[in-house]
Amino acid sequence: MTDLQQRPDGVGFGRVIRKEDARFVRGKGNYVDDIVLPGMLFGAVLRSPYAHAKIVSIDTSAAEAHPKVKAVITGALLETLSLAWIPSLSHDVIAVLATDKVRYQGQEVAFVVAEDKYAARDALELIDVEYEVLAPVVDAKRALDPDAAVIRTDIEGKKDNYIFDWGSGDEDATEAVFKKADVIVEQDMLYPRVHPAPMETCGAVADMDPISGKLTIYCTTQAPHAHRTLYALVAGLPEHKLRVFSPDIGGGFGNKVGIYPGYVLAVVGSILTKRPVKWVEDRSENLMSTSFARDYHMHGKIAATKDGKILGLRVDVLADHGAFNNTAQPTKFPAGFFHVFSGSYDLEAAYCAVKGVYTNKAPGGVAYACSFRVTEAVYVVERMVDRLALELDMDPADLRMKNLLRPEQFPYTSPTGWEYDSGEYPRALELAMKMAGYWDLRKEQAEKRARGELMGIGISFFTETVGAGPKKHMDILGLGMADGCEVRVHPTGKAVVRLSVQTQGQGHETTFAQIVSEVTGIPVADVEVVHGDTDNTPFGLGTYGSRSTPVSGAAAAVASKRIVDKARLIAAAMLECSPDDLEWELGRWQVKGDPSAGKTIAEIAFAAHATLELPEGLEGHLDASCVYDPPNLTFPFGAYICVVDVDPGTAKVTVRRFIAVDDCGPRINPMIVEGQVHGGLADGVGMALMESIAFDEDGNCLGGSLMDYLLPTSIECPSWETGETVTPSPHHPLGLKGVGESATVGSPPAVVNAVLDALKPFGVKHADMPLTPAQVWRAMQGRPMRTDMAIQ
Amino acid sequence: MTVNGEAVSGEVEPRLLLVHFLRDNLRLTGTHWGCDTSNCGTCVVWMDGVPVKSCTVLAAMASGRDIRTVEGLEVNGELDPVQKGFIEMHGLQCGFCTPGMMLTARWLLDHNPDPSETEIREAISGQICRCTGYENIVRAIRWAAENSNGNGAAMKEEVGA
Amino acid sequence: MFGPAPLARTWGVKLNMQVPAPVEYERATSLTEVFDLLERYGPESRVIAGGHSLLPMMKIRLARPEVLIDINDLTELDYIRIDGGELRIGAMVRHATLMSSPLAGEYYPIFAEAEAVIADPIVRNRGTVGGSLCQADPAEDLSAVFAALKATVVISGKSSSRTVPISEFHTGPYTTVVGPEEILTEVRVHLRANAGSAYEKVERRLGDWAIAAVGAMVRIEGGLIVEAGIGLAAVRAEHYSAPEAEQILVGSAPSDELVERAASLAGEHCNPSADQRGPVDYKRHLVKELTTRALKRSISRALPEGA
Repeated sequence: MTDLQQRPDGVGFGRVIRKEDARFVRGKGNYVDDIVLPGMLFGAVLRSPYAHAKIVSIDTSAAEAHPKVKAVITGALLETLSLAWIPSLSHDVIAVLATDKVRYQGQEVAFVVAEDKYAARDALELIDVEYEVLAPVVDAKRALDPDAAVIRTDIEGKKDNYIFDWGSGDEDATEAVFKKADVIVEQDMLYPRVHPAPMETCGAVADMDPISGKLTIYCTTQAPHAHRTLYALVAGLPEHKLRVFSPDIGGGFGNKVGIYPGYVLAVVGSILTKRPVKWVEDRSENLMSTSFARDYHMHGKIAATKDGKILGLRVDVLADHGAFNNTAQPTKFPAGFFHVFSGSYDLEAAYCAVKGVYTNKAPGGVAYACSFRVTEAVYVVERMVDRLALELDMDPADLRMKNLLRPEQFPYTSPTGWEYDSGEYPRALELAMKMAGYWDLRKEQAEKRARGELMGIGISFFTETVGAGPKKHMDILGLGMADGCEVRVHPTGKAVVRLSVQTQGQGHETTFAQIVSEVTGIPVADVEVVHGDTDNTPFGLGTYGSRSTPVSGAAAAVASKRIVDKARLIAAAMLECSPDDLEWELGRWQVKGDPSAGKTIAEIAFAAHATLELPEGLEGHLDASCVYDPPNLTFPFGAYICVVDVDPGTAKVTVRRFIAVDDCGPRINPMIVEGQVHGGLADGVGMALMESIAFDEDGNCLGGSLMDYLLPTSIECPSWETGETVTPSPHHPLGLKGVGESATVGSPPAVVNAVLDALKPFGVKHADMPLTPAQVWRAMQGRPMRTDMAIQ
Repeated sequence: MTVNGEAVSGEVEPRLLLVHFLRDNLRLTGTHWGCDTSNCGTCVVWMDGVPVKSCTVLAAMASGRDIRTVEGLEVNGELDPVQKGFIEMHGLQCGFCTPGMMLTARWLLDHNPDPSETEIREAISGQICRCTGYENIVRAIRWAAENSNGNGAAMKEEVGA
Repeated sequence: MFGPAPLARTWGVKLNMQVPAPVEYERATSLTEVFDLLERYGPESRVIAGGHSLLPMMKIRLARPEVLIDINDLTELDYIRIDGGELRIGAMVRHATLMSSPLAGEYYPIFAEAEAVIADPIVRNRGTVGGSLCQADPAEDLSAVFAALKATVVISGKSSSRTVPISEFHTGPYTTVVGPEEILTEVRVHLRANAGSAYEKVERRLGDWAIAAVGAMVRIEGGLIVEAGIGLAAVRAEHYSAPEAEQILVGSAPSDELVERAASLAGEHCNPSADQRGPVDYKRHLVKELTTRALKRSISRALPEGA
């Protein structure tokens, strides 16, 4: 465990207990469902029981007659407001309420607003919807069959379920390396549909003030500013009359990036009833209708020399995007950053081709700590490297060490055009192997195998791709991915920092205060963080893709540096010397050669607000702002090793140990970084061993409750062993890289590689996640199952 | 019923769930709701001295009984050692599972003042946390075990803001 | 305690209700009161104890009783005691109590082993033995435990009580012989000398229902198995039991080969269906594997120390 203690002066980076905890441990957090406004009404959504059906009629009269019901909203009503459909985040549309037909089980069909939440739910039973059931498209692999039902009949002229084809890399060069390779290994693999499932589900309270025309939306959003602008664009509401307020968020993991129909319906409900309307989804609604993640069917093909030099990699992807293309990707990249799939290795060539299709499943596709599909990319390359090791009969650690990028190759341009900023990969892998006692584990494994026991050791080496992103390359719906930050130092030397990003548990109230403190010398305790309120914070795209530290953290650092620069001019005026004669000693400008003559940042702040005559052109007060357009992404990396035991009789997997070495550059607060890594590792164990949202042939969601969608408990998680190396980013003002999703990205292949390593005596080459006891047993029988469909 | 030592009363629909009664009627919003199927444990409170999932108890069934919620952990302005442990050892991130986790932890320590890591993991195994991977929750509860004296008062220094 | 419940298949049209439909509530403080209330409200009333089966079904409105009769005050049914050569477990015993009961554990380690893998610790604080049995979920563990132990259940009505062997208690998934004006009050298990018992369960994750689970009990006298019980959960074995496997055990000396044969029979004679917990072939395999383990452990427990 890293335990860099905070400096005694309470300034800067280090292990600082979190400011936010004081309210959370007292049960005084303020989540959306905790908000109560005078006269507030409650909404509930009627959802489709069918995956694909025409809506013949909707009769709401009985619901409307319910004494506690204030409004019943249907798609037909929304059409009159031009709100039945809204733009998706990927240049498609999504239905707020179904008008023509329903396209997935759990889709929104009607919305009831009532005086209490029980009555709202009661009234759902009184709505009579007549459906004409249509054949659903469930299997992504058959979505483009000529006889497949066309899901998107709302798109004029649409005759199939095709969304896009997209490729990256040099296809010809890749084919050329395959021609000269000694060894080629191919493997199909599925990264199944999983769900972020934060403990708090999604919800909103919409409050339209009919007099001022101001609409306040309290919402579970990771991106309050992006939401406000989208509401303005979608509903034609004036942006200055919109205030999005994101209070405490009970976990996000990407689930709370998008705008869901429920939010829009709460807004419409408030406009219609002239009263505040709360809508909070239940767990089934959360799992069945909000952004899923993954659902990538991948075919990998890797080329190498016979002594284990990897030459090239090609991946063909069939991407199941559900009924509406609503993934949140930068416009240029319909498969997100999947094209970082060449991973951490020195390849001659690489190429990927991604085909997106519609199916009768919930839309979404980029959620759950995925770093814009880096999760899938890391999974495919790390599985392919292990497949190659199996084929070559090489140790997977040796094969990786032989092919990892070397420190002198950085900055490194990948075959698909990414410029990795910095890295020292072999050092991280060596550390992880040392912590694990890797070669001793291999010895133990050999002894156990001789006794018929199944033990597996899995490695994953990942390169993350975070901090989206440079405006020249990236936008979401035309909005550049730069984030603002404002720092103001009060006359008495205390400060406030205003952020565009929004914490969902990452501890921004502490870490952003630490950033300001690190640069200005103002104690962490004296810096207040303001976020989650669009009226009181600068514009920016929010927190996801591990972008808060690399983008907004950089904005905070630059704004703080501007404070220090301005303080220098004011200090010079105070000391009646030239700014050039001053040197910065953290928290204080002092005269070079005479440290006794100096002014602290607090003294300077007071002077900045006082009567001191300032130099020509210098305004009073001590504040600064920054809009940070990152010059490049950052590329955190890490080496993970997982040790599992598999019961040969029951095929049940136990994760015995998990060693995680992360390099995210310098750590603002090692305690918080380590905590985030822990959480991501648990996510990885969950995805690898138990989580998946499968569908039966009728399109029924088989993961629609926490009885069916299994999340790991304290029992399935081992005690995590973490380590670190530090390779600063050369372009971030403080060298920081971001870490939020590293462990989620890096851990699943380590677990899967470990399980498959354990199954090596059975000749098992691959089995798809989740590696449930049934799946592992079937793999041992040579008959692994498809995990996206109902088990037959 | 009594809630955190105070007598409360109210006319409610028989179908009202205890979690909703606590949150909506009493405005004790520290008790959270996270699933509908008693799988997640964010709604854990004590009923007559035993942790239960309040989404699966009717308020009417709790009538006449003694309820303790997260709001009742702090006594006379002094945080419970468990609360301090969660702060000190970073046992929480988003804070949503935290109240339920702490109530289970308090119950565990009342019955087993020096639990092993395995016993702690077993005790909290009916409650899901998506942020911490459980490691620091286990450490937080160990911290509380090591920093409690007999009557539950904790170490002297002030923690938290 | 609960009457028949409809079989949950998919979430379907009952999606996202998640609050119970209106219901009346009565609290009983004695058995007499329970029977009076059952008589007064008739078949649309349901008895509620721990509520961990009934309330979730009420939330999705697969169960819509008109009246709930709360029997949590029936402390008279909360006991574990020895009487008449039997271990007697009251219907209101919570899972956590049974799990940690030294008395139950002294005679039958199967109780602690099974209870340790039923749901999770918080649910076990609330859920009751009677409620679990009456819910009659095909994956319910205690039904398999009591099938292995060849228990008897006591069903009481206003004017009389009857005892029913566990093998006649369940009439199908989610259904039992408990009549509309009756409740299950007690479970009885013979005390057996030279007996051993064990429980084995594989679940996808702690707290999940079993993929398959097996309870076993053997009694050994003079080196021969004189009595054997095998209970199966989650594999649709009739009455949660494996009579064919039990039969070949009785009268034979315990051996690995015998256990193997019995386990194979248990695997063949159950009737699992495929679901997201696993395909049929795996579930049959698991029954065989777990039967083997449970029997071996039961046999070693039945044999005197060091034998």
